[in-house]
Amino acid sequence: MIQMAATRDAYGTTLLELGDENPAVVVLDADLSGSTKTGLFAKKFPERFFNMGIAEANMVCTAAGLAAAGKIPFVSTFAIFAAGRAWEQIRQSVAYPKANVKIVPTHGGITVGEDGASHQSVEDIAIMRAIPNMTVIVPADAVETAAAVRAVASFKGPVYLRLGRNKVPTLFDNSYRFRIGKGKVMADGCDLTFVTTGLMTAQALIASEVLKKEGISARVLHLATIKPLDGDLLLDAALETGAIVTGEEHSIIGGLGGAVAEFLSEHAPTPLVRVGVNDRFGTSGKAEELLKYFGLTHEGLEDAARRVLERKGAR
Amino acid sequence: MHRELIPTLEEKARNLRVSIIKTLHRSQSGHTGGSLSAIDLITALYFHTLRHRPEEPAWEGRDRFVLCKGHAAPAQYVALAESGYFPKEDLMMLRRLGSHLQGHPDSKQTPGVEVCTGSLGQGLSQACGIALGLRLDGGDHRVYALLGDGELQEGQVWEAAMSAAHFRLDTLCAIVDANGLQIDGEVAKVMGVESIADKFHAFGWHVTEIDGHDMGAILAAYAHAATVKGKPTVIVARTVKGKGVSFFENKASYHGVTPSDEELPRALHSLGCLEKL
Repeated sequence: MIQMAATRDAYGTTLLELGDENPAVVVLDADLSGSTKTGLFAKKFPERFFNMGIAEANMVCTAAGLAAAGKIPFVSTFAIFAAGRAWEQIRQSVAYPKANVKIVPTHGGITVGEDGASHQSVEDIAIMRAIPNMTVIVPADAVETAAAVRAVASFKGPVYLRLGRNKVPTLFDNSYRFRIGKGKVMADGCDLTFVTTGLMTAQALIASEVLKKEGISARVLHLATIKPLDGDLLLDAALETGAIVTGEEHSIIGGLGGAVAEFLSEHAPTPLVRVGVNDRFGTSGKAEELLKYFGLTHEGLEDAARRVLERKGAR
Repeated sequence: MHRELIPTLEEKARNLRVSIIKTLHRSQSGHTGGSLSAIDLITALYFHTLRHRPEEPAWEGRDRFVLCKGHAAPAQYVALAESGYFPKEDLMMLRRLGSHLQGHPDSKQTPGVEVCTGSLGQGLSQACGIALGLRLDGGDHRVYALLGDGELQEGQVWEAAMSAAHFRLDTLCAIVDANGLQIDGEVAKVMGVESIADKFHAFGWHVTEIDGHDMGAILAAYAHAATVKGKPTVIVARTVKGKGVSFFENKASYHGVTPSDEELPRALHSLGCLEKL
């Protein structure tokens, strides 16, 4: 039986634990504390929770001020309103001074669902990754999220930790050791590598099983940290399997696919297919429908694998 | 209030104006008008009102100052140097490659600078965050934030104003250096912000309006702000852009222009500085 859990729920419960353990942890939200699950922290630690109202720019800079006063602020809202609305505030007040602020948006990507394009973020990884001093993390499941929230609380400096709305399969068990900047090979293989992040890693594991029946051996490299990129594991994948398919719940421009393309073209040119949202905005629909609609499924990854193998063979 | 301090602080402000002029003449880049309009307000803070230890910039008991109008960095830098945060010779490196005195305040590089500003509209929010954080620790530190009047056109300032009142941040004192001019001309013509006092009042602040070059009024306003409970205070300081250098005064064209070789002696003369260059 596959366990299902939402990364935002793991965030909410882990924040509660951190609140007990570390009095420096404070939390800010912009009128979405029920959705982002920071409401749990708000209830238990009301004096350390600041509902900033629908004013994300002020929220981000207030967090920077709290960090300047020695606090460890976690800042939450939907991804588009954190990364998008407050981009320059994050750049100037958080990243430039290396403020110890953790931007932890929930509702990344298209699985926001019915709210549609205005609330779906398909560009946030790209625009956060472009900022110097910024660390960008997209966990695959609830277990990794809990570990990542703890890791970023201990890490000194700005972090963008992108979470999702919906329940996703739990891939890791409690023995999993999350380390910022380190990827994890989830399945071995020698014909190609799926390099995936967030909820696409679960799809890559299914795709790897399906392809096995066709005699194709697909490695699955999960990169929760998109910046800094784990160049060692990526280079191994390129040199040992000779073909790469990236997968992410994000635009194919500038996110994981973009980061991998940049790395490979400089260090180990390798046939590459990027699976993601193909330079389009999101749209309304149920999360599962939208993933199918945009091809963010194991079938989408399998198609991409066959295409990349054709190119690999043609070399 | 210590009235006997007023002439001393006025003399200090005059010397810092001279320092600003020399620094900006040397760098040939930077913001003259807004540094001169703000220097009396800044002088009163650094040499009277602020609790700080220049020899120990990270002292936990210090009050905090945030220069929201970061382009007036030269005014803060001369006050920091005069206080002893770093050698005065460093001022000659303003805006140079490798200098710790960046074009706009940088907390990573300059001792005594609390946060990074320069992109207008963000400083008051940061000051609110500092005040919230210090309050959590039970301190009585005060937080001062100096804004420009043109800066009030940024919507984020009003988000911050709303939240400061909401959180009853009575340790926060905002100061508006209202010199009435911005890059493209008069604030009133570019995008009017008046009535500044009424706006802050409507947002739930305690409001004081003063002549921002009257040292006695400045000291009194800072002292009064510290007595206000349950709400933040804003001091709307009416100032003159380019104050102290007659031919810079009230000219928007000197917003981001530095004194030329020809203007330097005239500017220093205008400040009553008769020393040989």
